[in-house]
Amino acid sequence: MKKIKLPFTESEILDLKSGEGLLLSGVIYTARDAAHKRMLEDLERGNPLPFQLEDSVIYYVGPTPAKPGEAIGSAGPTTSQRMDRYAMVLMELGAKISIGKGDRSLEFREKLKECRGLYLSAIGGAGALISQSIKTCELIAYPELGPEAVYRLEVEDFPAIVAYDLWGGDIFASGRLLYRK
Amino acid sequence: MRKIDLETITENIREMILEAACVLEENVWEKIREAIKKEESPLGRNVLEKINENAELAKIKNMPLCQDTGMAIVFLEIGSEVIFQGDLEEAVNEGVRRAYAQGYLRKSVVRHPLERTNTGDNTPAVLHTKIVPGDKIKISLATKGAGSENVSFVKILSPGEGEDGIKKTVLEAVLSAGGKPCPPLVIGVGIGGTLEKAALLAKEALLRDIEDEAEHPLDRKLEKELLEAINKTGIGPMGFGGIVSALAVKVNSYPCHIASLPVAVNFQCHAARHRSRVI
Ligand code: SF4
Repeated sequence: MKKIKLPFTESEILDLKSGEGLLLSGVIYTARDAAHKRMLEDLERGNPLPFQLEDSVIYYVGPTPAKPGEAIGSAGPTTSQRMDRYAMVLMELGAKISIGKGDRSLEFREKLKECRGLYLSAIGGAGALISQSIKTCELIAYPELGPEAVYRLEVEDFPAIVAYDLWGGDIFASGRLLYRK
Repeated sequence: MRKIDLETITENIREMILEAACVLEENVWEKIREAIKKEESPLGRNVLEKINENAELAKIKNMPLCQDTGMAIVFLEIGSEVIFQGDLEEAVNEGVRRAYAQGYLRKSVVRHPLERTNTGDNTPAVLHTKIVPGDKIKISLATKGAGSENVSFVKILSPGEGEDGIKKTVLEAVLSAGGKPCPPLVIGVGIGGTLEKAALLAKEALLRDIEDEAEHPLDRKLEKELLEAINKTGIGPMGFGGIVSALAVKVNSYPCHIASLPVAVNFQCHAARHRSRVI
């Protein structure tokens, strides 16, 4: 497991290989379907976005409500592919690192390569475990969206796996090939 | 005749949802533990170990296993000698409402598929009722997340496509879903009936005990062969590669028209949150 202090440096991004396990510490932002839609609408209207896209890490998650005394509820990843249509636009504007689960469209992968970004996968269905690495959770935009609002998370040793690296590495394709019988 | 108070149904549903959200069913859990021993891929094994750790933590902390605490799907088999007064559907929804509020579960239901305002209390449930002989009520429920539901479907094949056609349909679906529905999976397959019956069969198949086998020998054969084939795809835990892509395949069948062969595939992720009770 490689420890990463966010934001990623250029050389860290260059070094990482698909299949590598990471422990992220620093700030990440949440956004899923509805928040992405809203961000694109804000862009169209010329409104400021909830956070700076450059150097950002976007985590596709809609957590369960926090119990009293807890920072957040269960908080595992949601399926990334639904976000591809929005992510294509955000990548143009500097948001080149995302965390979710599952593979992504060909178009997304082309764009990711072009933008020299990374795609990370967290373990779906491990929401209770992942929540332990989230130290603070602050609502920063679209409160009316409830679990789909944008939250700023401070994480410590947040576990994720490099799914797509800069060199064309793809854990879903290579993993499948290796264990196909 | 036996009178059952609707409040009893509400409270049972509340309890079952709360328990399902935080405590992995023992038989599914056992399959995960077995899978850790079986898995050849180190990364796959690591994922399975984390799933196991997650289940332990969720149980101890009484916290949802997964943040997608799903939409509630409730099956009621109501004995014909049971009487109750009032609105059954509302009693079920009230159980859902209480559970999702008390358990700090995520409210994931929107009022209209296009308008998409959250209903705020995770209602309504999807309710299926059946009248059966007797004076009991059997409640079975699943709180099902969208990751696995989104890759599920119904397809009507031609009878001539037969067993091979079914296998091909299921395998193609599993391959194209890859890591999206959070493997290792349980695959519910419904064959026969009509469009809606096949879908229901597939869902009911998922509600069966993960350890049991189909009654009909042809369904049993399909279960075994499909499980083997799925675990040869290489998809593995979370799609990272490995030999444990599915924990089980469940096939339920029903008579169908001479001209059709409906097949429904309902995916269930490893966070299988099912409960059933007889009252
Ligand atoms: S597919 Fe299942 S385990 Fe994965 S995120 Fe959805 S509900 Fe959770």
